[in-house]
Amino acid sequence: MVTRTAPHTDERAPERGQRTQRQSEAPVARPRNPGMPLDMARIAAVLVNRSAVERRAATIPTRRTVKKEWQAAWLLRAITCIDLTTLAGDDTPGNVSRLCAKAQHPVRQNILQQLGATGLDLHTGAVCVYHNLVPVAVEALAGTNIPVAAVSTGFPAAQNPLPLKLEEIRASVAAGAREIDIVISRANVLTGNWQGLYDEVRMFREACGDAHMKTILATGELGTLRNVARASWVCMMAGADFIKTSTGKESVNATLPVSLVMVRAIREYAEETGYQIGFKPAGGIRTAKQSLDWLILMKEELGDDWLRADLFRIGASGLLTDIERQLEYFATGRYSAAYHHPMA
Amino acid sequence: MSEATSIAELFETMSYGPAPESATPAREWLAAHAPRLGLFIGNEWRAPSDGDYFPSVNPATGQPLIEIAQGSDADVAAAVTAAREAFPAWSATPGHVRARYLYAIARQVQKHSRLLAVLETMDNGKPIRETRDIDIPLVARHFYHHAGWAQLMASELPDMRPLGVVGQVIPWNFPLLMLAWKIAPALATGNTVVLKPAEFTSITAIAFAEILQEIGLPPGVVNIVTGDGRTGAALVNSPDVNKIAFTGSTEVGRIIRRATAGSGKHLSLELGGKSPFIVFEDADLDSVVEGVVDAIWFNQGQVCCAGSRLLVQEGVAEKLIAKLRTRMEKLRVGDPLDKAVDIGAIIAPVQLEKIQRLVQQGVDEGAEMWQPGWACPTDGYFFPPTLFTNVSPAATIAQVEIFGPVLVTMTFRTPAEAVALANNTAYGLAASIWSESINLALDVARGIKAGTIWINSTNVFDAASGFGGYRESGFGREGGREGLFEYLQPAWETTPTPSPSPVNGRGEPGSNGHKRGKKHHADISASAAAISTNGATTSPLSRLTGEGMGAFPPIDRTPKLFIGGKQARPDSGYSRRVLSAEGLLLGEVGEGNRKDIRNAVEAAHAAAGWASATGHNRAQILYYLAENLATRAAEFAARIAAMTGSAPDEAATEVERAIERLFTYGAWADKYDGAIHQTPIRGMTLAVPEPIGVLGLVCPDEYPLLGFVSLVAPAIAMGNRVVAVPSERYPLSATDFYSVLETSDVPAGVVNIVTGARETLAKVLAEHDDVDGIWYFGPAEGASAVESASAGNMKRTWTSDGAHRAWLDATQGEGQEFLRQATQVKNIWVPVGE
Repeated sequence: MVTRTAPHTDERAPERGQRTQRQSEAPVARPRNPGMPLDMARIAAVLVNRSAVERRAATIPTRRTVKKEWQAAWLLRAITCIDLTTLAGDDTPGNVSRLCAKAQHPVRQNILQQLGATGLDLHTGAVCVYHNLVPVAVEALAGTNIPVAAVSTGFPAAQNPLPLKLEEIRASVAAGAREIDIVISRANVLTGNWQGLYDEVRMFREACGDAHMKTILATGELGTLRNVARASWVCMMAGADFIKTSTGKESVNATLPVSLVMVRAIREYAEETGYQIGFKPAGGIRTAKQSLDWLILMKEELGDDWLRADLFRIGASGLLTDIERQLEYFATGRYSAAYHHPMA
Repeated sequence: MSEATSIAELFETMSYGPAPESATPAREWLAAHAPRLGLFIGNEWRAPSDGDYFPSVNPATGQPLIEIAQGSDADVAAAVTAAREAFPAWSATPGHVRARYLYAIARQVQKHSRLLAVLETMDNGKPIRETRDIDIPLVARHFYHHAGWAQLMASELPDMRPLGVVGQVIPWNFPLLMLAWKIAPALATGNTVVLKPAEFTSITAIAFAEILQEIGLPPGVVNIVTGDGRTGAALVNSPDVNKIAFTGSTEVGRIIRRATAGSGKHLSLELGGKSPFIVFEDADLDSVVEGVVDAIWFNQGQVCCAGSRLLVQEGVAEKLIAKLRTRMEKLRVGDPLDKAVDIGAIIAPVQLEKIQRLVQQGVDEGAEMWQPGWACPTDGYFFPPTLFTNVSPAATIAQVEIFGPVLVTMTFRTPAEAVALANNTAYGLAASIWSESINLALDVARGIKAGTIWINSTNVFDAASGFGGYRESGFGREGGREGLFEYLQPAWETTPTPSPSPVNGRGEPGSNGHKRGKKHHADISASAAAISTNGATTSPLSRLTGEGMGAFPPIDRTPKLFIGGKQARPDSGYSRRVLSAEGLLLGEVGEGNRKDIRNAVEAAHAAAGWASATGHNRAQILYYLAENLATRAAEFAARIAAMTGSAPDEAATEVERAIERLFTYGAWADKYDGAIHQTPIRGMTLAVPEPIGVLGLVCPDEYPLLGFVSLVAPAIAMGNRVVAVPSERYPLSATDFYSVLETSDVPAGVVNIVTGARETLAKVLAEHDDVDGIWYFGPAEGASAVESASAGNMKRTWTSDGAHRAWLDATQGEGQEFLRQATQVKNIWVPVGE
């Protein structure tokens, strides 16, 4: 069966201790994007007007808003879409284990009770770590349905040899990562080597096997929105399951204009091929309000299908705490302190 | 809204809930002012003299909000008197002090921004997002910007002065923003104001008046008189108002044009539109879709510059329409106080019915209508976003302004066809052009007849940019430096409303004026009148006088008309006699009639290429005219002396000035630059002065050569083509000029000259719908007739109102005032960024 949190892995049976699926979260049969031959004419036809994109992006948060119960529900939904992430040089089994615990219990139980949300099987979309920490995370999350995602292919700069990148993917999959966040070689985009980009991502996809591939474009280093759109198309043609904005390590990470360009590419790809590609903004999304902005973007530009973890993730580390504080405020009417919420 | 509001359920449905903006502070404001709002005259609140009130209704609910005063004629008169009394002190107030007041208004608007936004939404029905994020911030911005102009006026506009009392009438679609567009420039330039808000939406104007009280604006500087069309008419017809500024329908604009004709009132009109939204195949179509949303579903489509005609290149039409329909399904119509609503309520039942009627007519005429699947609320006045395809230019809905959320779509094949379709309208307010090619976009921007062009954007406004129409969308600009001139006049014009006085000779105003040949002129006037009524009197050849007189009879010189670069016989077959100062027959000129004017206008249109000739090229031709005139200076001087009886040195001076004037405009031809306005976009807002088009020039009687040259030269220097009616009494200087034109490489049709009866020919020109503007320098009655007749196609008029102008004086006889009259500013918004 396909589950909400582990899409497209229909051979993966529920493991021990998994909580009962709610009726309304019925599995959706969503065919995995097989990719297609590189269509350079389609790439050349990509047109993006930056100023117009920025104007639309600026009104995403001003044309729509959710309040009260709706806001609380949307924030809970946002939690289920978080790839709870730690990607630091000083990561150890200790802090990764804590992160995994937080992923399973993202909100204090008494708050969930006040919200009437204890039955939601609330957990984050995934836990995202470097390869070395994959075994730790897999063990910590054993018995849950929370996948481990590994950043890969020379994350974040992608400046190492291709064979090593492929080997890194295979190693992480072997270690139990069900999702692989690859980084593209920005040079291919900046030099217009679309064939090179396509070939590389195609190989990454093969190396991923059944693991889900999220393709990080590192949009902050692609120079133009048109490049972002073209790279999105090439990666989808090469078989990406998700396209993702950023590593979180570029100087500019997820922004609404960049996200708008990417989700519009996803929309057209779905219209033209029938395959739904997921979207993951990452880096710089720290507030509950921001997470709502991105959910609104998905709902407005792509539709409700993209409000679920199988097609939408937010790469973040600090976001969850702010969401918890907002939920507590809604539940109690009092502004909340961060230290009232269990840390990762 | 369903009651399924448990968080667990909402977690699944992920629906939008209600997001109401609190109306409580606004309701408290209304309650504090209940049951009725007064008139604001001389900083005091007054009840209307007739005691009449009418309700202001919330269009989203149909419920009355408060009672509005119906200002009477007496109330308007009192307000005008208050403004008149305040004018001397206010206009003498240093610019810095005026700047402080405007700055204080801006600050106060910002401080009370949410109250104003909520009041506006309740009164008008537009979404709170728009009043909060667009209208009110633009209001504050307008006052900030014009505080700056008040500060800079003395140094930047040293030779200009305010007009006096300004009457302003504004519409209901942007109540407070239109108030700001009117009041800010008027106050910055030292005028005093009587403003009449729209009857549907007066509440925020009253709230604004309270702000004026709070900041201590001197009494009478701004007066606000609410009421319906009768109040507006009283203001328009008030004898002591120096200018009327109006924003509203072309229909009412036309009435105002006629009502103010001959009154000496300055006039600016911002009227209707049917603006094209042009999509080329290389446009970013997803961005285009959002552009369309902003173009036609902003403010329920009740926007004069709404992009209501979608013109799409054929190859992408199907794809774009599909995207548009998908997007329309996601628009949210409903309670305008909901922060997540895109489209609010239509202003009033009368407007809703008009929209419904026109939509039905569109369907009846065979266009294909599409609306989203969801339903509109039914408790207020709502109408869903509506898309028409399969629309032809001949369809009613493609031509008339619907002023509602209704978009009509047509396709085109080539850029030239796009421009032709775009210009296939009586309006010319705005246009939006979508293409990723800078060459294409800017070229099309140049080709479209509209005051504002947005490239890859739409409905963007800013105080630093001028806004206003071409054609029947009105004239005058609001915003930017160009907008200030609507509230200013040259300092030498000392009488705001000159009393009518017949032009009778070459009188000059003021102490430096000099009168010559007055007696002669009076005599000639009488005899000329006798001749013109006499019609075709035969003249014995022996009475002809001229340079060729000698032993042989002179060779007859009979100037025809000058049309399309050729001398053409007058259609009438009649000639009119021209007498010398001594009453002797000097010659004969053709008696032009309406067909000659028609032919001249056709010839002028055929010379459209002149508008795109380079400034350098036009300059060369103007200098060449001067050169060829100079070689015949003595002959021209002798002719002037013979006709007018002026002294030889005076006649020689006139010729000399005419040569200088040609040089002046040769100089200006490649120097009358536009501007790049400092609007808050990443990119440029280009303010481009463009020629008006085909101008009718009715030349002053005095100074037969200089008067003619003073009008023709600036007009053609800026790229206009002209049909000139020379001095009726002394036409021979202009007819002598034919050969100067012929020898100076002036392209055929750029200058056309029709001699004859001034008022008759002026009337034909003023009524001609393919003449874009008319300048009239003649008696006050004639000016009045020209202004009134010009209402047909809302052509730009410039008349002397019968006042004299010192044509010899460079201050009055030439310069930028003429260039401004010869041009209209097109603002092209060019956002940039890859």
